[in-house]
Amino acid sequence: MSFREDILDRVRAGLHRGATRTTMGREEMFAALSRRSHGPQPAMDCDPHALLKRFRLKSEALSSTVDSVARQADVPATVARYLTMMNLPKSAVAWPSLAGLDWAAAGLAVEGRGASDADLVGITGCFCAVAETGTLMLCSAPDTPATVSLLPETHIAIVRASRILPYMEDAFALARKELGSLPRAVNFISGPSRTGDIEQTIVLGAHGPYRVHLVIVED
Amino acid sequence: MEIKSMRFKANASASLADMVLQGNLKNAKGKFVTKRAESLKDLDDFEGTRDAAVAIRNRVIDNLDLWLERFEQKALDTGAKVLWARDGAEVCRLVTEIAKSHGVTKVAKSKSMLSEEAGLNQALEAAGIQPVETDLGEYILQVDNNEPPSHIIAPAVHKSLNDVADLFHKVHGTPRKTEIAALTREAREVLRSHFLSAEMGLSGGNFLVAETGSVALVTNEGNGRMVTTMPRVHVVITGIEKVIPTLEDLATVMRLLPRSATGQSIPNYFSILTGVKKPEERDGPEHLYFILVDSGRADVVGGDFHAMLRCIRCGACMNHCPVYQTIGGHAYGWVYPGPMGSVLTPLYAGIENSIDLPHAATLCNQCGVVCPVKIPLPALLRKLREKQTERGLRPLAERIGLRLWAWAAQRPKLYALGARIGARYLKWLAGDSNRIRRLALAPEWTLGRDFPAPQGKTFRELYAARRREPEPRKTR
Repeated sequence: MSFREDILDRVRAGLHRGATRTTMGREEMFAALSRRSHGPQPAMDCDPHALLKRFRLKSEALSSTVDSVARQADVPATVARYLTMMNLPKSAVAWPSLAGLDWAAAGLAVEGRGASDADLVGITGCFCAVAETGTLMLCSAPDTPATVSLLPETHIAIVRASRILPYMEDAFALARKELGSLPRAVNFISGPSRTGDIEQTIVLGAHGPYRVHLVIVED
Repeated sequence: MEIKSMRFKANASASLADMVLQGNLKNAKGKFVTKRAESLKDLDDFEGTRDAAVAIRNRVIDNLDLWLERFEQKALDTGAKVLWARDGAEVCRLVTEIAKSHGVTKVAKSKSMLSEEAGLNQALEAAGIQPVETDLGEYILQVDNNEPPSHIIAPAVHKSLNDVADLFHKVHGTPRKTEIAALTREAREVLRSHFLSAEMGLSGGNFLVAETGSVALVTNEGNGRMVTTMPRVHVVITGIEKVIPTLEDLATVMRLLPRSATGQSIPNYFSILTGVKKPEERDGPEHLYFILVDSGRADVVGGDFHAMLRCIRCGACMNHCPVYQTIGGHAYGWVYPGPMGSVLTPLYAGIENSIDLPHAATLCNQCGVVCPVKIPLPALLRKLREKQTERGLRPLAERIGLRLWAWAAQRPKLYALGARIGARYLKWLAGDSNRIRRLALAPEWTLGRDFPAPQGKTFRELYAARRREPEPRKTR
């Protein structure tokens, strides 16, 4: 504790802290915490169709591929088509929350669990998506483990169009409303993992997935 | 990390003479600059966003004690432990103690500049614990005999594809590969096994969120996610100045950080980590520690260099610096290169240990113009020069010279006489060419350029002569 006090005391000395200044500072702090003001946001057409279009464009610019289906029930067949087209295995690990979809009918062997190193395809949903940058927001929970979007070489994410929000601020507001507090891990994912550490040349598939495929459900 | 900034001139000369390095720097030069400029176009209000970010960072550092207490309370509420370290030695001791208490034999590290400051890898090795750098750039440097990074975002920017190909061939004992994708794949496979076997993950922290007690991590490779998901212990090492008030503030700052750093609108992975794994969860660390590090920061609060604490470590200042672009990062001799390093190194590692750094700048203000949180870097560099003079740290010849000049400058007649003699001497020295090829008192200045010679008369003489001439007739 003495290190803590020593550090904080020197910070206080630098700020010329007295009782009055501390009270004022604390009031400012609580005001900022409850105000939650936004900075400037880039202008955007927030009509649902426009958001969907922007989200698609931005996702593709980040090297993700995008498919869309009309209903959630159509997802397995679309995923099977993608895996066939890409010459990828027909077995996958998925979030337990998605284990209820009829994967077997589409010829896929899908297990709902956390991912291990051997899994080549991981299927997840997302908490919501951000149109500004083409970003997925994934929240960890027992039924939505973080490993599924991380360890496999291919990440397939199901995105409900009604959950595409304009800005990251909207995603945070939704998390507060629906989850109360933040889960252990919030991961904003924007395309496949990449590195530019050798000669600033971008290579996809550093430590995470080589490819990210989005299936948008236009519910 | 050992500070080698007192050898700046020799280091810079060596960098300039290193043809391989010069080639690599030339290759890298401008890539970051172009991408940044391109990525700013889709922010409608860049200036407004910058102003908002400045306000956010000021809000925290102007009341830093209160925000730290608030963050600490929130983090404790989530089940994390919060520790404090005054210097690098304390960081090393705390991390080693945590590792030993959990029976850790291997630590997988995501990039942490503070662990570089502390020399943590050496300390872990000495304690019999294996540190593994997992950022590709940092990994390249670690297996190359623990070479220090030369850039805060792209640590191995000074290395070429050929350098890495040779290195991996030697270190991994695999056939030499020349494709960047194949080399990246090789590193991925080597490091994957480390992610899965390390008992402890160690990361820096781009931001600490006071509202939620979380750490926010920015990575592209996914190694930041790996080290905070797979091992059962996660340790965050971060400077005390990194607090951000709210999630909304985080969103604002995140519009600037990736654009300023690599020219991305958003990084591949932006993770906000809060607390430990719940019993029913399938992944995530069971133990989370924050080590909040002072290492010189507390003494900067409220002083002449307070604004420097706004820094969000994007690296835009070095990417745009003509000096950095020419000599690379190693010449600066410590953890942080470029303009931000020339301010931070004297502040954190000692003004007397880095005499040349505040002078390793042309004061062109490219850094100040691109800084997303508007740190007036040239002004801070000038301030450091003043401090050096106040503390009598400048070389003897410079001190005597300045004192002589000050003495003469306070005696106008003597000064005018001196200036007259000087101007005529320099004109005579230049002869017919009007250029001086070598200045006797400043030979370095004329090594790469001529000094334009004065025309023989001083300003005062010309001014007096003009005063004697009749007023030009006014025409109607």
